Amino acid sequence: MTIEELDQIAESVRTENAKFDHEINVCMGTGCLSQHSDKLRDALTQAVTDSGKRAMVRRTGCMGLCAAGPLVLVDPEETLYQHVKAENAEAVIGSLGGAPIASLQCDLREHFDQQVHVVLENSGQIDPEKIDDYIARDGYRALLTAVNDMTPNGVIHQITASGLRGRGGGGYPTGLKWGTVAKASGDMKYVICNGDEGDPGAFMDRSVLESDPQRVIEGMAIAAYAVGASKGYIYVRAEYPLAVARLTNALRDARRRGLLGNNIGNTSFNFDVEIRLGAGAFVCGEETALIASIEGKRGTPKPRPPYPAVSGLWGRPTLINNVETFANIAPIIRKGGKWFASMGSARSKGTKVFALTGKITNTGLVEVPMGITLREIIEVIGGGVPDGHTFKAVQTGGPSGGCLPAEMLDIGVSYDALVAVGSIMGSGGMIVMDDTSCMVNVARFFIEFCMTESCGKCIPCRAGTAQMHTLLTRICEGHGTLADLELLVELCATVKETSLCGLGQTAPNPVLSTLRYFKNEYIEHIVHKRCPAGVCNIAGAVEKVNAPAEVLA
Amino acid sequence: MPAFTPPPLPSDDKRWKIVNGTMRKNGFARHALIETLHTVQSAFGYLDDDAIRFVAKSLRVPLSQAYGVVTFYHYFSLKPPGKHTMTICTGTACYIKGTDKLVASAEKRLGIPQGQTTKDGNISLMTARCVGACGRAPVVLTDGELQGQMSGEEMLAQLERWAVE
Repeated sequence: MTIEELDQIAESVRTENAKFDHEINVCMGTGCLSQHSDKLRDALTQAVTDSGKRAMVRRTGCMGLCAAGPLVLVDPEETLYQHVKAENAEAVIGSLGGAPIASLQCDLREHFDQQVHVVLENSGQIDPEKIDDYIARDGYRALLTAVNDMTPNGVIHQITASGLRGRGGGGYPTGLKWGTVAKASGDMKYVICNGDEGDPGAFMDRSVLESDPQRVIEGMAIAAYAVGASKGYIYVRAEYPLAVARLTNALRDARRRGLLGNNIGNTSFNFDVEIRLGAGAFVCGEETALIASIEGKRGTPKPRPPYPAVSGLWGRPTLINNVETFANIAPIIRKGGKWFASMGSARSKGTKVFALTGKITNTGLVEVPMGITLREIIEVIGGGVPDGHTFKAVQTGGPSGGCLPAEMLDIGVSYDALVAVGSIMGSGGMIVMDDTSCMVNVARFFIEFCMTESCGKCIPCRAGTAQMHTLLTRICEGHGTLADLELLVELCATVKETSLCGLGQTAPNPVLSTLRYFKNEYIEHIVHKRCPAGVCNIAGAVEKVNAPAEVLA
Repeated sequence: MPAFTPPPLPSDDKRWKIVNGTMRKNGFARHALIETLHTVQSAFGYLDDDAIRFVAKSLRVPLSQAYGVVTFYHYFSLKPPGKHTMTICTGTACYIKGTDKLVASAEKRLGIPQGQTTKDGNISLMTARCVGACGRAPVVLTDGELQGQMSGEEMLAQLERWAVE
């Protein structure tokens, strides 16, 4: 496969598409499929046949706005229809070339106008099961350019210049990590893509894998060339069957096109990728646990160093990056590191994909430049809190993150800014809570999650999260005392400082951040025996606690 | 050292051939344990003792290690599933939208705690940690089919439909 051949494929796709007057894109991501967008596609295809119009119906990946699904985008008019049902198919086709159907039209300009799509540039616009659709949008150009015209060091230099940091949430500079693996000695090296998106409330990786799987494969292949690896693994959660199916299909197509396998781009570069299925363990998102899982063992972390970059899978140097990190690679190589570094904030470059969920009008997937404020994401892009309720908190970073109150909404989203206020960027889950959520209950929910997901290898995490859960349950049930609260704070510090891996080290974050910003809710539960949000079922028979004045202040 | 001969298939059930196929594809390597267990579970619905023994023996993995892996990962089940399965997502977005109440009402209706199957083997009640369809919370899977924005009434109606079949 050469660049010229890519051009030929792209040209033939364009010629094919030019035969049609209209392109009708139907979202077939998990969210819209659950609303039967597959039946909708069939109905649209039938309606096109019946009408005799020159229109093409295309299956695409996620268009982002899950709340308004099933979504249909009609090109070249760029008309977006929402909540489309199979019975609307005839009307949609009938309106082609005329005025759009007002009752179905989705008019959320501000939702889309604020976004900048890099990772999601093809999502919702190409058929995820057709490699040629990806090639027609400059796919695999970066890989062939890299293996033919760049040295591995040159590739790493571009990634370093881009300022890209790990999108799994850690924020480690990607160029630096690649450089370490490239320098590591060994005749066999591995590249692993971490698609174990265990954070409840996050679905960025699933969406990218379902909508544009080739982009991730291309990113991995470029990484393999840069660090000198010849074998790759994509570790995906078994809970994502559609992502696994589309990825399997994408790998087969890439091999057929000679973009994976031996002598890629007619050079001596060989690289192939296998899928490994996760089996439902949150801790496997931690890199050393993930490696153990690929080796077919229990997913328990190991102390670092040695880092996987030196000794990873089967003791060999291993590069591990998240799905979204790999999804950023091809555009960086295509447009240059400088282009990427021109977006974002001082120390967090580029864009970030967030999964907006919870008590917010426009739930779904958004991609925004780093540095944008939380307020813009929630109020403008997300459309604010629905049903006349008031905003209470936004939770970022999943079980490792924190809850931020309304007064923090004006901070710009970046790795460092979020850490400074007691949360983390995390992988990109963003859950909005309104006045009907009890923050103590939410803290308990997260600790319960960490408790059940703790692998049990180290005591601080195994026992600490269990004790924290017990204390929080007592507080939620109205049996808590002020001594419990002190003990809870103490436990948080112990678990944070002495746990073996990131799961335990960050498990106290939701508790600490709710204590920092919503301490009054804890006090209400303990001293006044009531739950302000009316969530907790507090037994009324408990006598009140006499609290010193300074606690209540 | 004598060449290793894999153990005979546990029965002439065709599904064992699929399981064997996964192991063969991976050269009967030890690291194929999780992959193989996935194949067993998708073929048989759960992992019973015979299956774990057979896989462990075939891959030359100590039985203790195989059992350790099975019990470590939530996805693997040691019990046969019911005829129907209701899986309620308890991820954060779904929790914020009240799936804890859905779980409680399903438990009450079926008279079993989550993770169990009704005595007649008809309905299993399961919870999932997050199925990644948070944009459609609260989410419930009915026999593996994803249903978004599930209401309590709708869920109970589905349980009724299964109960009277």
